[in-house]
Amino acid sequence: MEKIYLAIVLAPLIGALIAGLFGRPIGRAGAHWVTILGVAIAFALSLYSFYQHVWGGLPTFNGAVYTWAATDNFQFDVGFLIDHLTVLMMVVVTGVSLMVHIYTIGYMADDPGYQRFFSYISLFTFSMLMLVMANNLMQLFFGWEAVGLVSYLLIGFWYKRETAIFANLKAFLVNRVGDFGFLLGIAAILMYANTVDYATFFERLPALAGVTVQIWPGVEWSLPTVIAILLFIGAMGKSAQVPLHVWLPDSMEGPTPISALIHAATMVTAGIFMVARFSPLYELSDAALSFIMVIGAVTALFMGLLGLVQNDIKRVVAYSTLSQLGYMTVALGASAYSAAIFHLMTHAFFKALLFLAAGSVIIAMHHEQDIRKMGGLWKYMPITFVTFLIGSLALIGFPGTSGFYSKDSIIMAVEASNLPGATFAYWSVLIGVFVTALYTFRMFFLVFFGKERMDAHTRSHLHESPKVVTLPLIALAIPSLIVGYFAIDPLLFGGFFGESIKVMPEHGAMASLQAHFHGAAAMFLHGLTSPVVLLSLAGVGVAALMYLGFPDSLPKGVARVFSLPKRILDGAYGFDDFNNVVFGAGSRLLGRGLWRVGDVRMIDGWLVNGTAGLVAFTAGQWRKMQTGYLYHYAFVMILGLIGLMTWIVFVR
Amino acid sequence: MPNFSWPMLSLIVWLPILAGVLVMAFGSRRPNAARWFALISAVLVLLLSLALLPSFDLHTYAMQFVERAAWIPQFGIHYHLGVDGISLPLIILTAFTTVIVIISAWEVIQEKPHQYLAAFLIMEGMMNGTFAALDAIVFYFFFEGMLIPMFVVIGIWGGPRRVYATIKFFLYTFLGSVFMLIALIYMYFKGGSFSILHMQQLPLTMTEQVLIFLAFLIAFAVKIPMWPVHTWLPDAHVEAPTGGSVILAAIMLKIGGYGFLRFSLPITPDASSLLDGLMIALSLVAIVYIGFVALVQGDMKKLVAYSSISHMGFVTLGLFIIFLIAADPINMNHSGVRLALEGSMVQMISHGLISAAMFLSIGVLYDRLHSREISTYGGVVNTMPWFGAMVMVFAMANVGLPGTSGFVGEFMVILAAFKANFWIAFAAALTLIIGAAYTLWMVKRVIFGEVVNAAVSTLKDLNAREAWMLGSLVFLIILMGVWPNPLLDLMHATIEHLAQQALTSKL
Repeated sequence: MEKIYLAIVLAPLIGALIAGLFGRPIGRAGAHWVTILGVAIAFALSLYSFYQHVWGGLPTFNGAVYTWAATDNFQFDVGFLIDHLTVLMMVVVTGVSLMVHIYTIGYMADDPGYQRFFSYISLFTFSMLMLVMANNLMQLFFGWEAVGLVSYLLIGFWYKRETAIFANLKAFLVNRVGDFGFLLGIAAILMYANTVDYATFFERLPALAGVTVQIWPGVEWSLPTVIAILLFIGAMGKSAQVPLHVWLPDSMEGPTPISALIHAATMVTAGIFMVARFSPLYELSDAALSFIMVIGAVTALFMGLLGLVQNDIKRVVAYSTLSQLGYMTVALGASAYSAAIFHLMTHAFFKALLFLAAGSVIIAMHHEQDIRKMGGLWKYMPITFVTFLIGSLALIGFPGTSGFYSKDSIIMAVEASNLPGATFAYWSVLIGVFVTALYTFRMFFLVFFGKERMDAHTRSHLHESPKVVTLPLIALAIPSLIVGYFAIDPLLFGGFFGESIKVMPEHGAMASLQAHFHGAAAMFLHGLTSPVVLLSLAGVGVAALMYLGFPDSLPKGVARVFSLPKRILDGAYGFDDFNNVVFGAGSRLLGRGLWRVGDVRMIDGWLVNGTAGLVAFTAGQWRKMQTGYLYHYAFVMILGLIGLMTWIVFVR
Repeated sequence: MPNFSWPMLSLIVWLPILAGVLVMAFGSRRPNAARWFALISAVLVLLLSLALLPSFDLHTYAMQFVERAAWIPQFGIHYHLGVDGISLPLIILTAFTTVIVIISAWEVIQEKPHQYLAAFLIMEGMMNGTFAALDAIVFYFFFEGMLIPMFVVIGIWGGPRRVYATIKFFLYTFLGSVFMLIALIYMYFKGGSFSILHMQQLPLTMTEQVLIFLAFLIAFAVKIPMWPVHTWLPDAHVEAPTGGSVILAAIMLKIGGYGFLRFSLPITPDASSLLDGLMIALSLVAIVYIGFVALVQGDMKKLVAYSSISHMGFVTLGLFIIFLIAADPINMNHSGVRLALEGSMVQMISHGLISAAMFLSIGVLYDRLHSREISTYGGVVNTMPWFGAMVMVFAMANVGLPGTSGFVGEFMVILAAFKANFWIAFAAALTLIIGAAYTLWMVKRVIFGEVVNAAVSTLKDLNAREAWMLGSLVFLIILMGVWPNPLLDLMHATIEHLAQQALTSKL
């Protein structure tokens, strides 16, 4: 199996290198064939590994490929940890990636950077696999930063656009703030556990549970809390949690397939995956869990609200991604790690679907992304319409869809949690359900129904997208619809994750869920009348009333009545303005001050040139004494003589 | 012990100097002959230095390939050369960088190319001599000697303010080393020998140690350079031609770090331990303060110069953090000390590659448009896609992305710093953000965007010579990032011994 794991990782890398370095000689078709082949191999072998591990009874694999560095009494390896959590992630990552690769053939057909794009997304697949398959923190960090790099390259893919290259710099820097915490977390683990290897760290964890760390004289925190929060800061960057969420909406500057693959399905879930992977650590710190739950709840609700005022189709989906990531984070905080991973999986399918369907709309609209200029598209693009609808229903948690099972599990888990902050989190995710339904169907109705608001030229060219675009849509629509029904029982209650996720008995959210669970079908029937579903139907109803019933008067009227909240939402709570002024302008001001005052004026001005000046000045003064007049010298001689004689006579 | 029938180290030191003198003899009439001769000699020296590797014994800290002969026996001065795990990697780096510099000058330097190449070959010999010297006076001779060709390079092929820059550069480094000479002579009178290894064993009182430490500090802090004696470096870089900047950043700065490793830590361990707070503070100032200064530079060379100072802060941090780590009473086996020291060494080698790459890239642009101002450029990738791709790799290495060499040293030093103190690690790790900000902001303004002016639209992508030159650096930077272990293996024994010396009191 070891060779198979290696092949899974290397196949996309080789594809990326060939497409990147030899893009011109192999041509456009060559580039997409070689990368698709690489990812297809990775996907097939991931499925095979999944089968072997889940049904074939293959035990967890934990082994090193090579020693990256051995120094002091530490060893840093590059190696794989393959358990049920890993194989699930591998299948999701390679599966979505394969769909995105195929879709890209259609979406990027006219782009001059075609080969470069395929090279990047294959490189991304490699990095993401390195991240999820790592058996140690050093390699996790490699994958973590490598996906960040590819995300940077892809957001700025259209490098001529000023907005794109601003957005990618912003994404990298904000992620770096998270990585800063993450790196310190790794350092803390190495310091106290003397290892970066997962398994060894978890073995040594019980001995560290009681250790306290002095943060500041007089302030002592428990070690698991410190490490857990430091690592979570990394997750906040990558998984875009408030206040490090600011980069994700701007990341929509990248081509749409990327938004689907990186900024919805895979990379942004890396933080969720990491916390689940470290469940033995997080279980030791209620404080960290509470912190995570509150951050997640804030993200889930307040980012969802921002979705209400967006007019760019991709931005609506982006804010919904933020909000859904918040749901996953809340689940982590409630110790419902398996529910978080479950939602991660279903979300990967339906959000990738929504993005790709939105991309299909964008192709039809000649790259117009403003939903106010769309309308009535259902009759022009039936496949996109149906698949978009499936994605939307899954997103709002319509009973029976995959999103229903995963999101309802999360809400029930939060309800059962008794950590501080759980009540706040519960109400946030509950209200969030209404908000999600409202913004999702606002977008849906504006795009597919109502008046056709596009210009005549665009309307005359409206047509369904080519097969390479619609086939991935269909392929993603199927799991979006049904995967929840089949997966909920084994994933959440069947002990699928086994040893890879650990929950303390006192964190009983999942246990209480299990007590109330009587099969997926029963959950579906119960769901039809549950308040959660009623809330989401209410959201759809309000959207229908506003954008189908009275599209000309009601939205404007609502905006007028709620003008202050709308202004706050339009400004996205002012995070960007604050960051621009305090961190952007502030650091430039600081830099300029340190340079002009510190380096130029003080060190160079006073010390260096000052010393030189002093020497020159002294020499200059000294020179003035050499007047050349004889009487001056005679006068000084006489003064000297008088002084000398006085000294001899009186002092001696 | 490995044995060569040839005096390998002498060849590595004197062959380039001899070649330099011969290149000069070609005169300006036959520039191509001079270029080829210089290149072949430099490659030969690189091969010689690499030839040491197979027979280098990884299991001993003792000096290897030792050569010793009386030079001025009346004063106990010997011609004494040898290498260990910290000097050998630096010698190979020097030999490699010289080859790259000669390639970089190929058709770029049209004014007296033979003298230009000769200066770099002579400099190479001097720098190799500095790293290989085991006698303090031999060390001092090469340490000062290398300034002269550098002085000439900046003074003749430099920019408009080259006179100010050269004088500043020369006065700084020369004044610094005078104090070192005094310390060396003092130890000679005390111990009766100029042998560096002998000095390392010399018992010294605390007062003596502190004074000697400060004398060394002045010499090495200027070289590295450390805040606040760093302001000569941006000026020197801005005025120096590309090759001068490359050698300055890649090798000469390392001699400061090497000096701390070879002299300060083993000779004055107690003073190093006493003054470690000062050293750590200055290192953090370099990392954070200088990082902010780099952010606002409009001149690319100045920006990279400040970035160099900031990165060298990790070297000094790693060297002096060890006393705090060892002071922890629970940490009986001083775990983290070797991590810090090896991290510093790796950072030096890695910075050698990355800074060379950055200055060469700026040189590639400067050769085309004769400007180093960021504002002159914009959208370069439109006309130079391959160049843009390589700059991206170098920028990411400068940012310390895992998978590049830039990550390894910083990672090791930050991990070790955490063992000493959370807040030191915190401050050092800020480089993750600041470094990314100044590097990628520059990349954004120079490489990305629309073509800003007609000049940029006429740019031609890398020619074969430039592609090989930068491509080899891309290869090494990634290789070292993906698999740093062979380099670490080279230095384990030496670092182990050095840690012991530094942590054993002489009092």
